[in-house]
Amino acid sequence: MSPSVRLQEMIRVIRSARTQGEERGVIQRECAAIRAQFRQADNGGRSHNLAKLLYVHMLGYPAHFGQMECVRLIASPRYNEKRVGYLGAMMLLDENQDASLLITNSIKNDLAHSSQYVQSLALCTLACMGSAEMCRDLASEIDRLLRASSSYIKKKATLCAVHIVRKVPELGELFTPAARALLAEKNHGVLHGAVILITELCERNAQTLVQFREAVPELVHIMRGLVTSGYSPEHTVAGISDPFLQVRILRLLRILGRNNDTASDAMNDLLAQVATNTDSSKTAGSAVLYETVLTVMDIKSESGLRVLAVNILGRFLLNNDRNIRYISMTSLQKIVSTDHNAVQRHRGTIVDCLKDQDASVKRRALELSLALVSAINIRSMMKELLLFLSTCPPELKSHAASGIFNAAERYSPSQRWHIDTILHVLITAGADVRDETVPNLIQLITNASQLHCYTVHKLYRALVADISQQPLVQVACWCIGEYGDSLLQGECEETEPIQVTEDDILDALETVLQSHMSSPATRGFALTATMKLSTRITENVDRIRSIVSIYGSCMDVELQQRAVEYNALFKKYDHMRAAVLEKMPVMDRSSMGPTNGESGGGGVQELEPTKPKQPEMMVAPQPASQVCDLLDLLSDPDEPSLPGGPLGPGGGPLGPAGLMSGSAGGDLLYLLGGLELTPTPTPATAPAAVTVYDKSGVVLKLSCERPLDASQTITLTATNTSDHDISSLTLQAAVPKNVQLQMKAPSGDSLPARSSAVVTQTVLLNNPNK
Amino acid sequence: MIKFVLMVNRQGQTRLSRYYQPVELGRRAALEADVVRGCLYRKKEECSFVEYKDFKLVYRHYASLYIVVGITESENELSVYELIHNFVEVLDKYFSRVSELDIMFNMDKVHIILDEMIQNGHVVETNHSRILAPLSALDTLAHS
Repeated sequence: MSPSVRLQEMIRVIRSARTQGEERGVIQRECAAIRAQFRQADNGGRSHNLAKLLYVHMLGYPAHFGQMECVRLIASPRYNEKRVGYLGAMMLLDENQDASLLITNSIKNDLAHSSQYVQSLALCTLACMGSAEMCRDLASEIDRLLRASSSYIKKKATLCAVHIVRKVPELGELFTPAARALLAEKNHGVLHGAVILITELCERNAQTLVQFREAVPELVHIMRGLVTSGYSPEHTVAGISDPFLQVRILRLLRILGRNNDTASDAMNDLLAQVATNTDSSKTAGSAVLYETVLTVMDIKSESGLRVLAVNILGRFLLNNDRNIRYISMTSLQKIVSTDHNAVQRHRGTIVDCLKDQDASVKRRALELSLALVSAINIRSMMKELLLFLSTCPPELKSHAASGIFNAAERYSPSQRWHIDTILHVLITAGADVRDETVPNLIQLITNASQLHCYTVHKLYRALVADISQQPLVQVACWCIGEYGDSLLQGECEETEPIQVTEDDILDALETVLQSHMSSPATRGFALTATMKLSTRITENVDRIRSIVSIYGSCMDVELQQRAVEYNALFKKYDHMRAAVLEKMPVMDRSSMGPTNGESGGGGVQELEPTKPKQPEMMVAPQPASQVCDLLDLLSDPDEPSLPGGPLGPGGGPLGPAGLMSGSAGGDLLYLLGGLELTPTPTPATAPAAVTVYDKSGVVLKLSCERPLDASQTITLTATNTSDHDISSLTLQAAVPKNVQLQMKAPSGDSLPARSSAVVTQTVLLNNPNK
Repeated sequence: MIKFVLMVNRQGQTRLSRYYQPVELGRRAALEADVVRGCLYRKKEECSFVEYKDFKLVYRHYASLYIVVGITESENELSVYELIHNFVEVLDKYFSRVSELDIMFNMDKVHIILDEMIQNGHVVETNHSRILAPLSALDTLAHS
């Protein structure tokens, strides 16, 4: 009696349940009934109950109480009960369960059963969930069955052997001779299994691989038979005879031919034959051709064959079937690094695929296009990529943007083009670019000094149009702050002039400051830019002062600190304002240093004065030149150990995160009152005496020399031009942790009036890491 | 190798599930729901291969059923695409014009057919008559 009858009733009942709760109720009742029946003695309905339990299990409800029933059913002499029992074992048991050990004996008996169907059940179950011990016990049985007479059993036994080899790799040698013998079979099922077994053996063990290389001629012969044979009704799928077997053999040939010349030679003819004769109008043929191409690319084939393979892929690209286009791009991706020129020929088609409807195809096309960009085709490719960026799905945007940046960096034909491209990307996809983009772009702009006027005009226009894209706004604020004067001049050779007044600029910056869309970092940029403009513009300085003082009571701590310090710059240190806020110098590429992924703070020359209590200096790079710059001595040449990662353990000497200073140009530590001095990085571009303090007649100068390579001598000279004597003059210095400081005795500690004498003190600095 | 075979209808109900790599029961429901969501919401123009986590899905749509096969990176996707069609052809031959209800009510028989075709994650047999031979033997046994 078929076990399905009562199963069908139950399924009908479950289906008629309207809600999830009702269904759960029905299933619980059924499970309770099944449990009760399991406890009873042997009755005819056991297999029905287990079948019902399996259905319930498939729906996702717990069914572990059926495990023992499986064991009992497997041991039953009736075939249909055995069938359901084994099915239950495969679904409910796995090798982690204890009950699986109990069926080992049953399996062993069934493997020797007279009926081949029972044997096949046992083989199937063993292959599915056999544990390592079971495999070891039964391996010799399987080997015997591999040589059995029935092909039905043989094919199942081979796959069982595959499982055994996976579980217990040492048993591989046991199966090797049998596997070899199986290649002579005619039955496709057995052949298929044999090929899979050989593949598994070769992947596990290199020696077996060498052994099976001798089987290459046999495999080639079988393959040739398949390709050239006519129509055979048993295995033909859409005109190709047994494509599944062909694909498997091709894969095995690929493994055998890898890195081996003789085997590859033997296969060359065959592969050419398969490639030319197979009809690719249907999917089955395409599947075989696909596998052929992969094989050709992997083994040491001759160049004619490789070109043929790439051409096949090119043909696939033009196919109407989306699936085939997708896989051709996947394979082109794999070979673009080795056979670049061959793939370049199909660039046009690949670029067209960027406009495809399918998201997977688009992603593949994007990756391929980025890989194919070169110096020759950069302009046309970039046009296509930018077009793609404006229409692409959001998950691909950041990948596309970073790809475009990389390509532009490597192959840009001119600086103006480069800047244009980056601006275009920022306008289209600004929210998705990575954080380093902003400092990179700023560095690029400062380097292109002849384009400042053009750049600032473009950025101003973009800023006025839209302030929602944070990276764009940050760059625009920075540029306006730096080059605001060229914006005001109104004319520029490369773009149409627009009339911009100082009020317009300040309006734009104020909008950024007040907008809800601006992030705190952007606001910081805008405030600093406003401050910088105070030296560039002439009329609205008061307006700037008022803006700055408003933000002195802002809730955001960073903004407040900046505003307060800028205010102080207006009030107490007005004389220094021009020097502090003058234009940035050109930054080296190497001076970017570890930006640590900090947004906004990265490579931007922060004019933010830090309190003198912080002896930690900002990280400074190693400039290429031998400029004797104080900051370099005191800096931590940490670049090799911090490849852009987070600050981590190097945090000690690295001070406030993300703050970076370049060489000269306005980095300033505040010198607040008192005579406490920290050796500040004053704008010193040459080892000359620098005035670090000049107030009320007291002048302090620092001069530095570099007698030896690693150490630096700084001499402090103090003069007093006022009318009073100054006594108890002391110099205190603080340095970062890895710099050694040695202070020599001062020549005196009082400064008599009217420059009658000077006090000098020498400080030796040694940076052992340099 | 093949990781699993799923048959799901348009409402997301699983009609057949077979795993060739052990997956815990608790995780199965989540995996099935996720996979099905990925396939059900694809438009007609999109291709049949989906990249999901660290393996691939190949799916085919037949009337109200979606057949989804999860495969590892090393398998040939077009070959598995053909395999799905082969499986449906065998079911068609056995049940004569198979429908979703046939599969639902004869789940054990469908499992037997699937076992004859795919074992342990690899293809065993693709010939229709050979696949159906043991099942027809079982049927004659049952009726006699």
